[in-house]
Amino acid sequence: MSEFTEDQLQRYSRHIILPEVGGKGQKKLLNAKVFIVGAGGLGCPVGYYLAAAGVGTIAMIDNDEVELSNLQRQIAHSVKTLGKPKVESAKNTFESLNPDVNVIALKQRISKDNIMDLIKDADVVIDGSDNFPTRYLVNDACVLLKKPLVSGAILRFEGQVTTIVPGEGHCYRCLFEEMPPAGLVPSCQEAGVIGAITGVVGSLQAIEVAKLILGKGDVLKNTLLIYDALKTTFRRVKVPKNPDCPVCGNNPTIKELTDYDAGYCSVR
Amino acid sequence: MEKDIKIDKKINIKGLICPYTFVKSKLAIEDIEVGQALEILLDYEEASRSIPKSMEDHGQKVLKVEKINDTDWIIVVRKEKE
Repeated sequence: MSEFTEDQLQRYSRHIILPEVGGKGQKKLLNAKVFIVGAGGLGCPVGYYLAAAGVGTIAMIDNDEVELSNLQRQIAHSVKTLGKPKVESAKNTFESLNPDVNVIALKQRISKDNIMDLIKDADVVIDGSDNFPTRYLVNDACVLLKKPLVSGAILRFEGQVTTIVPGEGHCYRCLFEEMPPAGLVPSCQEAGVIGAITGVVGSLQAIEVAKLILGKGDVLKNTLLIYDALKTTFRRVKVPKNPDCPVCGNNPTIKELTDYDAGYCSVR
Repeated sequence: MEKDIKIDKKINIKGLICPYTFVKSKLAIEDIEVGQALEILLDYEEASRSIPKSMEDHGQKVLKVEKINDTDWIIVVRKEKE
């Protein structure tokens, strides 16, 4: 096997001594490519921990700039990067933490026209987006390309995580077949969010990603994990694969990506 | 009987302290095949106890732990599992 540098031996020593990781697992992490949708509340901790873990290539897409109101929870950004693209801010933070990692910063909106090309080389896709059109777009693209997807969501004091392994388990549409009508579910801007919940959910996502890359443990396949921060409870809800699911079912009606923004107000 | 142990790989980790003693030993174990034996030469006393324990915890077989002079130990481990 190819050798680690002395710096890498030190940096990854606590991984290498784990039976589930070892040198071979660390090499898998170093050779892995992940794609993160969103450089906000969830994208920051997911990317931060995956960078620390030595995940070799981390592509991130987000079209926003850093605002002061982000800093209550988006820990990869700082007052020094206010007004800068979030993906550039996050790239600087992650690469400062670990120069082994190549962060690809994509300052653009993800859409049905670019997503297939963007995620085609990824080993795992991570959804840290803050709106339903993106969530369904990412789900459908991952199902069509058979890419594992670790999806996270947060609002107020509640967080959700689920891991979609196309062909093996449920997908987001098995859980919620159609998007809720625009305006029905409030956004973080409207309803608020407790800052540290992004760290809880994002860290859970990062570990799901690591397990997928390592091929160890049980991921949240066919399962939705719900974290209630006010009660301090974790609840696992079974999500069976729906044979009639419009995208991953036996006779899918969604065979290509459509216009996900139709009927939705512009969500930033 | 100990003389009969066939050594397939040797590493010298003198000068290293924990956890790098185990990091290097574990990487060396990964490099050999199941059934083969690794000989580790070390001079960090704590590791003469912690490496055998960790190797057993990871499912490997410790064949020998021997203090060979005032400063050095030799540990021989047979790989039992990947």
